[in-house]
Amino acid sequence: MTDNKDNLVLTTRFGLEKSYTADVYQKTGGYKSIDKLFSMKPDDVIEEVKKSGLRGRGGAGFAAGLKWSFIPKNVDKPKYLCVNADESEPGTFKDRYLLEDDPHQLIEGIIICCYAIGAESAYVYIRGEFDLAYRRIEEAVQEAYQKGYLGKNLFGKNYKLDVTVHRGAGAYICGEETALLSSLEGNKGQPRIKPPFPAVVGLFGCPTIINNVETISALPYILNNGADAYKKFGTEKSPGTKLFSVSGHVNKPGVYELPLGYPMKDLINKVCGGMKDGKALKAVIPGGTSMPILTAKDCETVTLDYESMTAHQTMLGSGGVIVMNEDVDMVWVLRNLSRFYAHESCGQCTPCREGTGWIDKMLVRILREGGEEKDIALLNELSDNMMGKTICVLADSLSMPVISFIKKFPDDFRRHLKNRPQAVRVGI
Amino acid sequence: MEFTADNKKKFDTLLTRYPTKKAAILPTLWLVQGQYGFISDEAMEYVGKLLDLSPVHVLSVVTFYTMFNRKPVGKHHIQVCRTLSCAMMGADSLVDHLKTKLKINEGETTRDGKFSLCTVECLASCGTAPAIMINEAYHENLTPAKLDKILAELA
Ligand SMILES: Cc1cc2nc3c(=O)[nH]c(=O)nc-3n(C[C@H](O)[C@H](O)[C@H](O)COP(=O)(O)O)c2cc1C
Ligand code: SF4
Ligand code: FES
Repeated sequence: MTDNKDNLVLTTRFGLEKSYTADVYQKTGGYKSIDKLFSMKPDDVIEEVKKSGLRGRGGAGFAAGLKWSFIPKNVDKPKYLCVNADESEPGTFKDRYLLEDDPHQLIEGIIICCYAIGAESAYVYIRGEFDLAYRRIEEAVQEAYQKGYLGKNLFGKNYKLDVTVHRGAGAYICGEETALLSSLEGNKGQPRIKPPFPAVVGLFGCPTIINNVETISALPYILNNGADAYKKFGTEKSPGTKLFSVSGHVNKPGVYELPLGYPMKDLINKVCGGMKDGKALKAVIPGGTSMPILTAKDCETVTLDYESMTAHQTMLGSGGVIVMNEDVDMVWVLRNLSRFYAHESCGQCTPCREGTGWIDKMLVRILREGGEEKDIALLNELSDNMMGKTICVLADSLSMPVISFIKKFPDDFRRHLKNRPQAVRVGI
Repeated sequence: MEFTADNKKKFDTLLTRYPTKKAAILPTLWLVQGQYGFISDEAMEYVGKLLDLSPVHVLSVVTFYTMFNRKPVGKHHIQVCRTLSCAMMGADSLVDHLKTKLKINEGETTRDGKFSLCTVECLASCGTAPAIMINEAYHENLTPAKLDKILAELA
């Protein structure tokens, strides 16, 4: 990860022997925030998190403290926290490390969030494929119960909290927050229309907060050290550190914790040891495959924070950085993505169900047989028609890449046109 | 079908963790798949009875998720990630290699019931691509040669 542990918030214990046990966790400062937590009023905890500027790390970047403040106060219903550990956005593999290497940090974060919003139950919804991560978080939860850190009168306080780890069973869409709720309630994991928002009508019809594993894992640091200490990292509008999952054509792929605002070119060339086999950089997907693409030229100037990504017409998303070299054909890449989204569409909305499949078929045809000029226009038009017209944003997650790939790599598409003498045919 | 005594106990504990019976459906189906390796029509009726759900609701849930097997799979269920990072790092050559070696196509099981093969979407192991899962275990940074070694140890 990074050399200097003083610059780390989330990954200080990564690489320590048995970092996943309560013992090592406590010896290294774990569960230290609890006394302070219970000396504060729930609203003051929310204020502190608001002040820290912590934004959701699951993809949308919504301010965490603000989201918590939407939980209605005087409602006589149970309240819930759902931790989103579904981690299925292609290119993203950071939550897996947080669950495997520091599950107690997540549990401490869960206690903080639940106390702040007044929840007595939390569910950790973890993707079904995760085996080690599942065992680690499940064992950590059981250990916490045994030690009296969860359950009735946790840490001797007048407070009760139950945590259940809930395994999914293979469906990307269950990472979408309302689909996660449907799945957890025992239905097909299909998204529902918002409003009502989960903070008002969520799990089992009760007020519910859904936060990503990384978001919740940042809370112990914020409570222990205060919002101002957290804000020393990062930029004014994007405070703190974030985990970046880097994959593709770099020498040292992996998960890295960096202050927001860190230059993309340094991530690739310094942190990740540069491009593999000395090839030239062609493109980068910055935040999981649902995000618009960056060219090599964009990567000269873009920094890893919400505002710089917006200025480069893309988003920070989940921080899943996929690096591609000069040999990669962007039409082939796009088809890999269209197959993914067509496969994962839950089928409720016609523009998404039909649109993702149609785009996928067109791209296969263009790759196999060559395309026509009008295909490019049609791809753009289809994508336009899918955006903002569906229950969830899965449809947009393919539309945005399509539009950005065509705009930023037009030559890659032209190479596949039939009327080009050197037209490329790809057997897929 | 019926749960083993151990699974019955686990099932009873499960029910205490959710305010409704219905919410226990995924963990209950995981218990079934753990016991039998797949989820039969009979098992879906059984789960329906346990949780006061119609068999058709259970069916709709089972078929929604890719990890529930509706028929038996091989002793070693090989699932190759085909999504972008793995595809860029050679996932296709792994699939081709497995097809030739095991003489089966995607979605099939070898005659001796030892291996079945399928492709899946991103396993959140993109930094160690190409990645595959055999039953619950991840295998990462694979090449056809490494894969041969793993298969030899399993056979
Ligand atoms: C199709 C789709 C898939 C998603 N998958 C995930 C996921 O795997 N993990 C995650 O934390 N958020 C995922 N999200 C975002 C969630 O809907 C939600 O915004 C997030 O969990 C909120 O937590 P945060 O505010 O802490 O980021 C997904 C969203 C969509 C539309
Ligand atoms: S946009 Fe797609 S995935 Fe989302 S609810 Fe509609 S059909 Fe389902
Ligand atoms: S793309 Fe294969 S594990 Fe993510």
